[in-house]
Order: sequence, then structure tokens, then C-alpha cells
Amino acid sequence: MDRRAGGGRAAWRKFSRGAAPYLLIAPFFVLFAIFGIYPLLYTLWVSLHDWDLIATGPHAYVGLANYRELLSDEDFRNALVNTVGIFLLATIPQILIALGLAGLLNTQIRGRGFFRMGVLLPNVTSIAAVTIVFSQLFGREYGLVNWVLSGLGIDPVNWQAHRWTSWFAIATMVDWRWTGYNTLILLAAMQAIPRELYEAAKMDGAGGFRAFRSVTIPLLRHTLLFVVVVATIGGLQLFAEPLLFDTSPASANGGAGREFQTVALYLYQTAFRRFDFGYAAAISWLLFLLVIAVAAFNALLVRRLSARAGR
Amino acid sequence: MSAVPRRPRARRRRPPSVARTLTYIVLVLTLFVSAFPIYWTFVVASSTNDVIANVPPPLVPGGHLIENVRAVFDNDAANFTKALVNSAIVAGTVSVAVLVFSSLAGFAFAKMRFRGSNVLLLLVVASMSIPVQLGVIPLYILMGKLGWNGDLKAVIVPFLVSAFGVFFMRQAIMESVPDELLEAGRIDGCGLLRLWAKVVVPAVRPAAAVLGLFTFMMTWNDFLWPLVTLTPENPTVQVSLSTLASGYYQDYSLVLAGTAIATVPLLVLFFVAGRQLIAGIMEGAVKG
Repeated sequence: MDRRAGGGRAAWRKFSRGAAPYLLIAPFFVLFAIFGIYPLLYTLWVSLHDWDLIATGPHAYVGLANYRELLSDEDFRNALVNTVGIFLLATIPQILIALGLAGLLNTQIRGRGFFRMGVLLPNVTSIAAVTIVFSQLFGREYGLVNWVLSGLGIDPVNWQAHRWTSWFAIATMVDWRWTGYNTLILLAAMQAIPRELYEAAKMDGAGGFRAFRSVTIPLLRHTLLFVVVVATIGGLQLFAEPLLFDTSPASANGGAGREFQTVALYLYQTAFRRFDFGYAAAISWLLFLLVIAVAAFNALLVRRLSARAGR
Repeated sequence: MSAVPRRPRARRRRPPSVARTLTYIVLVLTLFVSAFPIYWTFVVASSTNDVIANVPPPLVPGGHLIENVRAVFDNDAANFTKALVNSAIVAGTVSVAVLVFSSLAGFAFAKMRFRGSNVLLLLVVASMSIPVQLGVIPLYILMGKLGWNGDLKAVIVPFLVSAFGVFFMRQAIMESVPDELLEAGRIDGCGLLRLWAKVVVPAVRPAAAVLGLFTFMMTWNDFLWPLVTLTPENPTVQVSLSTLASGYYQDYSLVLAGTAIATVPLLVLFFVAGRQLIAGIMEGAVKG
């Protein structure tokens, strides 16, 4: 029996040093190389050219001209401001609400499973569907939101026509779809906190809210930052919402005066409405660098905070 | 779902009743906010376009659902029937392929020590944060060279593998496949694929179900790349929806009837397997 087990381990080790593992991972890496890595590098190549999709003939090499042009492009700057603005307007309330809801779901209540299903429900709908429904709710003439507002004595709002109102509407869509998902992630982290800590806090005379603030929140730091990073990666790529919220989606303009055109939407417009692939590729790379920079900033923050917590 | 034994003391430590009542009120309100837009979709989808313009707007479903649904399927621009079939083909194929390839690669990463395994795994993890938009332009050029633009191949083949899937299955296989079983199988002369099929796959079936569900939903809901590469003549459901919503004349009951049809399959999946989905999200959160 012993020899058999020992022999098995040796046989397995020998086996796993051979070609077997490479055969297992080959399909993933072959497809990943073709459709993951190659596009990444090819985008860089395209971005260094004057690459018009419709024009025939060779694409002229222009060096960094596309990037230089981008840095002084008013529309790009506008898209950047919109992206960051909508992102902040959506993410901050979303995480605060998720935190509160997770706290409530973490108490002794009946129907936990039912409420969990309820908060996750919005997440199964598609972004296109969400945007279509909310565009109707935020409609100028027959929208339910304006009807409720008029009941409160407030004049109907033309949501698409202004920066802040359109940002608010889009942030609402994002939050409706994602708050529940984040609630569940935070709830899972809360459940992993040992009960003894709460009992100790209670003995020190801390009430429910106080315990939430001084026990739960500090111990959720990692999960919170994870949630923030994921929200950042998603938030910087907002596309379907600003596209479909527009009253004329085919333009990909993000509002008549680009009130809510995001970077991703500007990229789409440049590539597939103006067919300027070289310039669009440069936008892709700047967007990528932005995501990396924000993710790195977040990672740094995690390390800082965990180092402080370890002390 | 959660295997944490409930301690008998917990029952006595109930929050005071005012806080409890408030908790329920907030949670019920949350449920209302979660469900209302979906409910509203069905209200508009079952009303005529005139009724929606009424003040006050209708708040209960009307009797025109079947009529509106028929109008969606009859709409020449949207090609909705084809879109539903296409989406089922695309999401089904991608889900099965992701399960197979992820469990194969996850098997290697979880149970075998080979040269370069750490670096390669790091590459898998790093690639999860690459934004989709970055690939859209070269993918479009690549598909143009292959002649795949407008074809379902363009939305299937690049997504047959998933870095998240590999990482997810690696975790699952590390936890639920005992080394002894693999060693014994090896002694009995099992080959690589037999070990995978007879030992690995049965052990990770629950995790695979969650991954499959996630992948199906994500693929069904995918928007940007299908919009870029496919045409309104051969769309997926989301592309078809955007065609409906981009019409010159805004017929809300038609557009929201389309939205309702596109959402129903996912709602069914959610009500059948929502508990597993929630367990998957929450377990992943604690591990991650």
C-alpha cells in the first residue's frame, strides 16, 4: 500500500514534468496569442500610421503624430472629463449603498436567500436592455421620472440635453445594474469576519453602528479596494450606456453637444464612423495606459493600507 | 450555500425591533428598486404606444403583449428570430468551449509543476485586466483579412478561451481533486485525457456549472464587439435590440417588447440557478 502510494507520487511527478501540462495549456495560449496578445501589439503598430479604413494604398507611417494630435484634441479632453465624471458620480454612491446593504443583509433576518436574489436580479439584464429601459424612464415627454418630478412640482427635465443631468441618468443605470453584485461581494467578506471581534466590541460598549464603523469597515479594506478596482476598470470603459442613451444613437456622438460622450464611445466614433483607425488606435492605447495607471495606483494604495494595518 | 453552522446564541442576540423593522423596510424598498425597471419593461411591452403617452402613465400591464411581440418578430430591420438563434448558438458554443479549455489548462496549473508554470499563470492573471476596447480595431482588421466580419465565427472564435475561466478552474481543481486519485489513476495506466474526463471533470462539476452560467450570461449580453463586427442582417440579440432602439420613429412598446424577449431567457436562468450563481460570486470574493 505504502509502496503503491509512493510509486504513484513518483509516477505522477514524472508525468507532470513531461509534455502533458503543455498539451493541456496549449489551446488557451494559442488562442490567447492570436486574439489577445497580437491585437494588443498590432494596435500599437496601427496607432503609428495614418490608417484610413476606406482609403486604398499603403498606410503612411507618421510616428507619434496621432498621439500628439490627441493631446490637443478638445473632443478627446471632453470625453476624458465625461468618463471620469460619470465614473465618480456612479462609483461613490454605488459603493456606499452596497456597503450599507451588505451590512443590513449581514444581520439576523428572515428570507436572506430571497433578499440576496433580489439584489442580484438587475445584474442579469444586459447593458443594452438596461439602457433602453432607463432611457424610456428618463424620457423628456412621457418618462416616468419626469412624471414623478412634476408631481413634486418640478418642471420636466430634458435629461439628454445637459451635462449633469445626462451624467446622473447614466450613473443611475450603472448603479442599478452593479450595486447588488458589489453588495454580495462585500457581504461575503463581512461573513468572514470572526464573531468574537463583534462580541469584544459589544463588551466595550459599542452599539450596532459603532461596531460596523470600527470593526467591519477596517477589516473590509481589501475587499473594498478590490471592488473599487473592478469598478474602475469597468467605469473607464463605459460604452453601451452613452451610445444608446443618445436620442440618435447612430451618430455615436454622446449627446448633441457631446455632453456624455465617453472615451470608449469617442474611440468607436473615430474608428467606425470616421474610419480613422490610426487615430482610434492611439485612443485605445491612451485608454489602456489610463486603466493601467489607475489600477497601479489602487495596488499601491492596497499595499500602503495593508502595511499600516499590519503594524 | 454557506456551511457556517448557525450558533444557538445568535437567536438571542437579535437586534432591537425598531432597527429590525427599519432593516426590512430598507430591504423591501431595495427589492422594489431592483425589480421595478424589469416590471416596467413588461408594462410598456404589453401596452400600446398611445397609452404610454398618457398622464398618468400606465402602471399595470396592458393586454397587447402578444401583438407587440409579434410586431418585434415581424420587424424587417431587426431580424429578431435570427438574432435569438444566433445568440443561443454563440453563447452556447462559447460556454462549452470555455469550460473545456479552462478545465484543461486549470488542471495543468493546479496539479502539475512544470517549467514556466509560474510565469505563464501570471500572464493569465495579468491578461484579465486588458480592456476589450484595446482589441477592437486590430480584431476588426484581422477579421477583415480572414473574411469573418459579419459572420458568427467572428464573435465565437476569439472568445473560446477565457483567462478568468482558467484562473477560476485552477482554484476549483486545487480544492476538489485529491492528488491520490490522480496518482492512482496514473498507476492504472490512465492517459491524460482519461484522467481529465474520469477524475477532474466529475470532481469540479459544481464549479463548472457556475462558470458556464457566468460565461453564458456574459456572452449573451456582450455588446461592443458584436455591434462592430456583425451586421443588422445577421445580428445577435443585443445588436438587434440596438437596431430596434435606433429607429427613426420611437415606438416604445415595440422596443421594450424586444427588450423583454431578450431578457426572459436570462431571467429563467436566474430563477433556476440564481442560488448557485450567488454562492459562486460570494465564494470567489472570499478567496480572491
